[in-house]
Amino acid sequence: METFLGMDAVLLARIQFAFTVAFHFIFPAFSIGLASYLAVLNGLWLWTKDEVYLRLFRFWVKIFAISFAMGVVSGIVMSYQFGTNWSVFSDRTGPVLGPLMAYEVLTAFFLEAGFLGIMLFGRSRVGPGLHMFATAMVAVGTAISATWILSVNSWMHTPQGYSINDVGQFVPEDWWAIVFNPSFPYRLAHTLTAAYLTTAFIVGGVGAWHLLRGRSRNPAVRTMVSMALWMIAVTAPLQIVLGHEHGLNTYEYQPTKVLAMEGHFESHEDGIPLILFGIPDQEAGVMRYEVSIPRIGGPILEKGWDAQMDGLDTVPDELEPPVGIVFFAFRIMVGIGFLMLGLGLWGLWARWRGHLYEARWLHRAQVLMAPSGLVAVIAGWITTEVGRQPYVVYGEMLTAEAASPLGAQAVAASLVAFVVIYFLVFGAGVLYILKLMSHEPKPDEKGESAEPGPIRTAGTTPAQQTRKVQGA
Amino acid sequence: MTDLTMIWALILAFAVFVYVVLDGFDLGIGILYPFFPEKKDRDIMMNSVAPVWDGNETWLVLGGGGLFAAFPLAYSIILPALYPPIIAMLLALIFRGVAFEFRWRAETAIGRKAWDGAFIAGSVVAAFAQGIALGALLQGIEVEGRAYAGGWWDWLTPFTVLSGVAVVAGYGFLGACWLNLKLEGEVQAHVRRRARAFGIATVAGIVAVSLATPFLEPVYFSRWFGWPEILWVSPVPVAVALLTLGLGWSLVTDGRDWLPFVLALALFGLCFVGLGVSMWPYVIPPSVTLAEAAAPESSQMFMLVGAAVLIPIILAYTAYAYWVFRGKMDPEEGYH
Ligand code: HDD
Ligand code: HEM
Ligand code: HEM
Repeated sequence: METFLGMDAVLLARIQFAFTVAFHFIFPAFSIGLASYLAVLNGLWLWTKDEVYLRLFRFWVKIFAISFAMGVVSGIVMSYQFGTNWSVFSDRTGPVLGPLMAYEVLTAFFLEAGFLGIMLFGRSRVGPGLHMFATAMVAVGTAISATWILSVNSWMHTPQGYSINDVGQFVPEDWWAIVFNPSFPYRLAHTLTAAYLTTAFIVGGVGAWHLLRGRSRNPAVRTMVSMALWMIAVTAPLQIVLGHEHGLNTYEYQPTKVLAMEGHFESHEDGIPLILFGIPDQEAGVMRYEVSIPRIGGPILEKGWDAQMDGLDTVPDELEPPVGIVFFAFRIMVGIGFLMLGLGLWGLWARWRGHLYEARWLHRAQVLMAPSGLVAVIAGWITTEVGRQPYVVYGEMLTAEAASPLGAQAVAASLVAFVVIYFLVFGAGVLYILKLMSHEPKPDEKGESAEPGPIRTAGTTPAQQTRKVQGA
Repeated sequence: MTDLTMIWALILAFAVFVYVVLDGFDLGIGILYPFFPEKKDRDIMMNSVAPVWDGNETWLVLGGGGLFAAFPLAYSIILPALYPPIIAMLLALIFRGVAFEFRWRAETAIGRKAWDGAFIAGSVVAAFAQGIALGALLQGIEVEGRAYAGGWWDWLTPFTVLSGVAVVAGYGFLGACWLNLKLEGEVQAHVRRRARAFGIATVAGIVAVSLATPFLEPVYFSRWFGWPEILWVSPVPVAVALLTLGLGWSLVTDGRDWLPFVLALALFGLCFVGLGVSMWPYVIPPSVTLAEAAAPESSQMFMLVGAAVLIPIILAYTAYAYWVFRGKMDPEEGYH
C-alpha cells in the first residue's frame, strides 16, 4: 500500500479530519455563546439605556466578527471534506445525512449570514428595533446550526430509522427517528452548554485581566466580570449533570466507549471500581499504576454497589477504540468541569462577601482558566469521536471503509497545506482578537462601523447621522 | 427520471447560479484590487461588499451540501476527482474571507498590504480553481463502479486552464460592473475602464470555451450542431451576441449605472443555460446521469418540503439585506 512517512491514506485522512474539525470547532464554541451574549447586551442597552451595555456590545462585537469569519471559512472546508476525503462515506450516508446538512444550510447558515451584515454595520441604517432583531437572528442561527450538525453527528453514533439498499446506501425510512436519535438530545444539551461556558470563561477572564490591571473603576469591566460569573455559577453545575446523563446514555448505546473512558480492561463480578488515574496499556490489556476507589463506579452508572460489568476483555481487539486517548481526554474534560464548578462557587462566595472586584486570586484564576472551555470542548470531542472507533457509523460502517480512493501523497500534501495555513491564518486572527481584548472598553468605544473598522455605505439622511452620533 | 430528481436538479442549478453571480462579483473585487493600489480606493471597494459577502458565499455551501444530499453519488465522485482544485479553492477562500476582517485590524502598513495580498491571491485562486473545476467536469470524469477511476492530473488540460482564465475574467467583469453601480466620481471612471477591458476578456473567454466544448464529447457536438437540435439552441449564441453589444453600449455611455450589472448577470445566465444544454441529462458527463446519482425519493421529498418554504424566505431577507445597504458608497464616511 502507498504510504507517507509510514501512514496510509486512511490514517492521514483521519488526522486531517480531526485537525480541521477541531480547529473549526474552536470558533463555534466561542461564537455560539458570544452571539447570545451580544443579543443580551443589546437588549439590555435598549431596555435600560445604560451606556455600559452599548459599550460592552461594541467591545465584543469586533471580536465576534473576527471569530465568526474564521468559523465560516473553516466550516466551508468541513462541508467539502466529506466528499474529498470520505467519498465512500458520502455515497453511502448521503441520503440520510445530506438532507440534515441541507436543512442546516437553509435554516441556519443563511440566517446567520443574512443578518450578520445588518448586525455589524446596519445599526444606523435600520434603527434599533430591526437591529435588535438582526442580532437575535444571528444568535438563533448559531444555535439552529448546532442543532442540525449535532443531529448529524449523533446519528453516526446512534444510527436508527434507516434501511440499507442494494448498493449499500443508507435509505431513510423514518425521519423523526433519524433526527431525534437516542444520543442527540444529550449531545445537543451538553455541547450548547459547553459553548456558553466557554464564552463565559473567556468574557470573565478578559474582565478579570482588566481588573488586575487596575481598571476596576470602569463599569464595563465590572459588568462583564459579574455577568460571566453568574453564567458560570449556573452552567458549570448544570454541565456536570448533563455530562453525567450523557454518559449514561452512552453506556446504553456504546458501552465499549464508556469502558475505554473509564479504563475498565477487566470485567468486574462484584462491585465496579472508579478508576481515578492510571496508565492504560492496551496491548497487555491492563491499567498500570492504577489509583481507584472500590465499588463507587456502580452507583455512578446508576447500578448497585455490587453491580457486575463486562470489561474490554470481552470485546474483540479489533473492535476496541484506542483506550489511552479516550481515557486521558475524558479525564481532562471532567477535570476541567470540576475546576469550573469550583470557580463558579468561588465567584459566588466572593460576591456574597462583597469583594468580587477586589479578589485578586479569584481574578488570577479566572485569567488562567479563560481558555479552559476550549480545552474541555476539544477533549470532549476527542473522547466522543475516538471512543466510537473503529466505526464511523456505529455498528454499521467502519472508518477504514469510508475513505476516498486517494493516494497517501495527495492526502499528505493537503494535510500539510491545511496545517501550515491554519496556524498562519488563524494564528494571526487569534492575535488580533487578543489585541482587541487587551484594550479597555472605553465610553467612546467604536463598533464595527467606525474606523478602523470597515465602513458600510453612507447613512444617507441627516436623521440617520444624528442617531448614529447618539449611538442609537 | 422522476419529477423529484428533475426538481432537485433545477434547485441545485439555481443555487450554483446564484452563487456564481453573487460570489462572482465579490471575488471580482479581489481580482480588481491590483488595478487600484490606493488605500482609500481599496477601502471603499471592500466596504461595498463587506455586509453581504458572507451571505453570497453561503450559496456555495448550499451547492455543495445540496449535491451531497440530492445526488450523493455525484458528490462522492466529483470531489475526489477534482481534489487539488477543490482544496486550492477552499484554502483560497480562507485567505479571502479572513481578509475582510484582518485587513482593518492590521496596525502597520505592511500588515495591511499583506492582507491586501491575501485578498487578491485568495480571490484569484478561488476563481481560477472554480473555473478549472467547471472545465474538468465538462471535459468528463472517468468512473468505475461507484468511484472515480481517473488519474491525479486529469483535471489539468489546456481546456480547463482556458475555462479557469475565463472564470477569472468573468468574475472581474462582474466585480467591475458592481463597483460601477456603487461608486462615483473619478474612481468610478477608472472602474468603467476596467469593466470594458474585463468585458472584452470575458466575451473572448466565453467564445473560446463555447467553441471548444462541442469537440470534447460527441454528445455535446450533436447537441449544438445536430439537426433539429440546432433550431432550439441557436438562440443562445444569438442572445449572447446581442447582450455583448448592449453591454458595450452601456459601458461607453453615461447614466444608468445599474444597466451594465444587470446585463452582465443576463450574460452569465445565458452561459449557464448553454452549460445546461451541453450537460443534460448528465451530472457527471459522460458517465453518470442525474437519475443514476439521485438520492432515494424519501430523501428528496423530505428536503423538498423545507426547500420550498425556506428558499423564498431566504431570498426575501437576502434581498432586504441588499436593500438596507443600497445606494452609492459615501467615501467620506469611510475615513474620519
Ligand atoms: C455545535 C456546533 C457546530 C459543530 C459541531 C460544527 N459546526 Fe460548523 N458552524 C457552527 C457550528 C458548528 C456555527 C456556530 O454555526 C458556525 C461557526 C461560526 C460561524 O460562522 O457559524 C459554523 C460555520 C460553518 C460553516 C460556514 C457557514 C456559513 O457559510 O455561514 C460550514 C459550512 C460549517 N460550519 C460546516 C460544518 C461541518 C461540515 C461540521 C462537521 C463536521 C461542522 N460545521 C461542525
Ligand atoms: C466540532 C467538533 C468535532 C471534533 C473536535 C471532532 C473530532 C474528531 C476526531 C478527533 C476524530 C478522529 C478520531 C480518530 O481518528 O480516531 C473525528 C472523527 C470523525 N468525526 Fe468528528 N469531531 C467533531 C464533530 C464532528 C461532527 C459534527 C461530525 C459529523 C458531521 C463528525 C464526523 C466525524 C467523522 C466522519 C469522523 C471519522 C473520521 C475519523 O475517524 O477520523 N465529527 N472527529
Ligand atoms: C464533569 C463534568 C463532565 C462530564 C461527566 C462529562 C461527560 C461527557 C461524556 C460522557 C461525553 C461523551 C459522550 C459520548 O461520547 O457519547 C462528553 C462529551 C463532550 N463533552 Fe463533556 N462532560 C463534562 C464536562 C464538560 C465540560 C466542562 C465541557 C466544556 C466546556 C464539555 C464538553 C464536551 C463536548 C464538546 C463533548 C463532545 C460532544 C458530545 O458528545 O456531547 N464536557 N462529556
